[in-house]
Amino acid sequence: MSLQSRVNIQKEWDIVGARQVGRDIAKKTGFGTVDQARIATAISELARNIYLYASSGQIYFEVIDNINQKGICMIAVDKGPGIDDISQAMEDGFTTSGGLGAGLPGVKRLMDVFDIKSEKGKGTEIKAIKWLR
Amino acid sequence: MRIPILKLHNYLLISIQTEIDDNTAIQFQEDLLSKIHKSGATGVVIDLTSVEIIDSFIAKVLGDVVTMSDLMGAKVVLTGIQPAVAMTLIDLGIHMKNVPTALDLEQGLIKLHQELGD
Repeated sequence: MSLQSRVNIQKEWDIVGARQVGRDIAKKTGFGTVDQARIATAISELARNIYLYASSGQIYFEVIDNINQKGICMIAVDKGPGIDDISQAMEDGFTTSGGLGAGLPGVKRLMDVFDIKSEKGKGTEIKAIKWLR
Repeated sequence: MRIPILKLHNYLLISIQTEIDDNTAIQFQEDLLSKIHKSGATGVVIDLTSVEIIDSFIAKVLGDVVTMSDLMGAKVVLTGIQPAVAMTLIDLGIHMKNVPTALDLEQGLIKLHQELGD
């Protein structure tokens, strides 16, 4: 692993900032325009969840570069209220914020690896990886 | 930041050229509806050629603005959605089935013209 960067999510505009940083890293890593859009969109969803539900948090980016695989890994961390029912939050169309309920299930489809940990009252950590093909 | 809305005869034309954040999107929704109200426009083209990302929030705002304008009596067509954006929207599970679209601004105007017959 190499090249780590971090974006703080505190204000609404940070959602845009985070996806720009993510897109830049994706571009430098060698992803094409479609995957750049997928990665940036996934970041946008994760950053918005942080802003909406936890009010603040961080997104970490890491470029994975080992012998057989190259890719981008992002980890979204917050100390918010946590998710009550993860399987419900992963259902298409489920929302508690009046949105489309496309965020988390969407991120899972946009990325290759998706891992979510959440503890009530403690926060949420979501890890997502996209491999370069 | 505000998205400019141009009037051309009975139509309103919008070309979104900047990265849209949530507030800009909401502001645009309000601006467009009030412009429809004031101008009496019957058709609207929102061109998305320069938009590189549409996430679930922006998609919701765009879908809503189409429905809202429709309620007011103005037909909206979205044009120029990039291939990468279309692929990403489907991955997100957003199909925008009730939203009229066209390949580009020109086709969008033709579509409005056909549907409105003016």
